[in-house]
Amino acid sequence: MPVPLLVPALIGLAFLLLPLIALLVRAPWRSLPEQLTSAEVWEALRLSLVCATAATGLSLVVGVPLAWLLARTRFPGRGLVRALVTLPLVLPPVVGGVALLLAFGRNGVIGQWLDSWFGITLPFTTTGVVLAETFVAMPFLVISVEGTLRAADPRYEEAATTLGASRFTAFRRVTLPLIAPGIAAGAVLAWARALGEFGATITFAGNFPGRTQTMPLAVYLALQNDPAAAIALSLVLLAVSIAVLAALRDRWMTAS
Amino acid sequence: MTDLDDTTTGVLAEGLDARLVVQRGTFRLDITLTAAPGEVVALLGPNGAGKTTALRALAGLTPLTSGHLRLDGTPLDATPPESRPVGVVFQDYLLFPHLTALDNVAFGPRCRGAGKAEARAQAADWLDRMGLADHAGAKPRRLSGGQAQRVAVARALATRPRLLLLDEPLAALDARTRLEVRAQLRRHLAEFEAVAVLVTHDPLDAMVLADRLVVIEHGHVVQEGTPSHIARHPRTDYIARLVGLNLYRGRAEGHTVRLDAGPAITTTEELSGPAFVAFPPGAVTLYRERPSGSSARNLWRCEVAGLETHGDQIRADLTGALALTADLTTVAAAELDLHPGAPVWAAVKATQTHAYPA
Repeated sequence: MPVPLLVPALIGLAFLLLPLIALLVRAPWRSLPEQLTSAEVWEALRLSLVCATAATGLSLVVGVPLAWLLARTRFPGRGLVRALVTLPLVLPPVVGGVALLLAFGRNGVIGQWLDSWFGITLPFTTTGVVLAETFVAMPFLVISVEGTLRAADPRYEEAATTLGASRFTAFRRVTLPLIAPGIAAGAVLAWARALGEFGATITFAGNFPGRTQTMPLAVYLALQNDPAAAIALSLVLLAVSIAVLAALRDRWMTAS
Repeated sequence: MTDLDDTTTGVLAEGLDARLVVQRGTFRLDITLTAAPGEVVALLGPNGAGKTTALRALAGLTPLTSGHLRLDGTPLDATPPESRPVGVVFQDYLLFPHLTALDNVAFGPRCRGAGKAEARAQAADWLDRMGLADHAGAKPRRLSGGQAQRVAVARALATRPRLLLLDEPLAALDARTRLEVRAQLRRHLAEFEAVAVLVTHDPLDAMVLADRLVVIEHGHVVQEGTPSHIARHPRTDYIARLVGLNLYRGRAEGHTVRLDAGPAITTTEELSGPAFVAFPPGAVTLYRERPSGSSARNLWRCEVAGLETHGDQIRADLTGALALTADLTTVAAAELDLHPGAPVWAAVKATQTHAYPA
C-alpha cells in the first residue's frame, strides 16, 4: 500500500474515532445509572423521540408524494423545485429557524393569520419543534425516495394501468410496495437527522424543559453546569446513532 | 379527431377497427388495422418498424396523433388505458414482483370492481386453466420463464378483455421452452373469443400463432395476408429473407421476368407487367464448371461471398450476375470445394420459380 495514501487515511480515521473514544473514556460510568434515570433526561429523551417520530411521519405524508412528483411528472420549473427542496440540506439550520420564525412566528407571514383566525401559535411549542425538525429532515427523505423511484421501472405502473388501475391505485398497490425499502431508508435517515436537530429547533422553538427541550438542547445546556450529565446524554444519542447505522447496514455498509 | 378516412371506413359492429397515426420526432407510424372477433393478427416487422408503438397506441399508453380506434363499434381514442377493455402481455411480462402469481392475476379483476375473495377465486380459476394451480402462491422470481409467461397471459385474460395485446410473447424464453409455450399459447389464443393482436419479429411465432399477418416496415404496412400467402408471395426483401426465399422484382413478358437490375428469369407462370419472382434457396443447383447438358434455362455465373452452416445444410451467399442464396448439403459443398471467392455457376429450373404480379 502506498504510504502517501495510507498515512492520511489513518489520520482521518483516527480523527473520526478519537472523539467517540474520548466520550467513552471520560464517561461517568459509576454515576451513569443515576444520571440516566433522572427525570430531566427521560423528559428530554421522550420529547426527542416523540418529536423526531412525528417529524418523520409528517415528512412521509407530504415527502413521498413530493418525491413522486419530482420523479414521475414533468412540469415547467421542475429543476428549480428540486433545488429548492434540497436547499435545507445545505442551509445552516439556524437560518432555517429564523426563516421559520418569519413564516410561522406570531408576526410571521402566515403565523399572524394563524394567530388571529385560529388562535394557533407555533413558535416555542412542541408543535414548533416538530415543524423545525421536519423542515430540516424532510429533504433527506425526499431525495432518498426520489432516487429509488427513478431507479424503479415505471412500466410496472403502465402494466397496472392496463389492468384497470387508476394512476393513484397503481401508485398505492404497485409502486409503493416496490419502493418500500427506499422509503424505509429515507425515513430512518430523516428520523436520525430530526433526532439530532439543534439549530432550527432552538431558534424557532426555544429551550423549555418538557416542552421544547430535546436531547441535543439538553446536552448543550448540561455541558455548561453539569458536564457529567452532558456526557451521559451524549452516550444515549451515540447509542441511538449506532442503532440507526445497524438498521441501515444492509443498504449502505455493504455497498462497497 | 375526424379524418377523411373515417368516413370512408365502414364502422365494424364487432372487432377492431383502427387507424393508428403516431408522430414521434421524425418517426411516423401510420397503419390501418382491422380484425374480427376470434381473429389473431400478428404485427410482424424488423426492429424499429413501429410494432411496439402500435401496440402501445392500442393499449392507450401512447396517445394517437390522429386516426381512430374502435372496438366492437365503441370509440376508444379518448378512453384512458385503465378504462379500455384491453389486456396486455408485456415482453418481459412485468409481473408485480411483490405479489404472488395468484395476486398478480387477481389484480385486474380487483381493479375492475370485484371483491377480494371473488377476484382471488377468478384468479385461481385462470391459473388452473394455465396448468399453474400449484404455483399460485409463488412470487414471480420463483417462476420459470415459461411459467411467468403463462401467469402474464392469465393476468391479461382475467380482465376479460375484448382486445388482447401480446408484445413479443415468446422473446424472453429459451429455445426449448419456447417450443412448448408457443404450442400452449396457440391453444389459448384459439380459445380466445375476442380480437388478439401480437407483435413479433419472429416469423415462425407469427405463422404458428396468427390467422393473419400484417407486415410493418418504417411505420407502414407493406403487406398483409394469411401466413401461407405471405410465405409464398413476399413483397419485400425483409419478408423474403424471413421466409427464406430469394425474391426479385421486374417486368414480366410471357414466361420471362426481366429484372429491374440484372438478368431475366424464366418462369412457368405467364404474366405481363410488374412482377415478383421468388424461389427457395434449395431450388438452386451449383456447378464449378459451366454445365453442358443441364436443362435449366436459368443459369448465372456467380461468386461465393459467404458460407454458413444451417442445420445439416450449408447456406451459400452468392454475388455476381444474380445475388442469391443457395442451400446445399455438406457433402456437395465439399465436393464443389466451395470457399469465399470461388467462382460458381448457379442454375434454377423454371418449375422451381414462382412469379406473381407486383
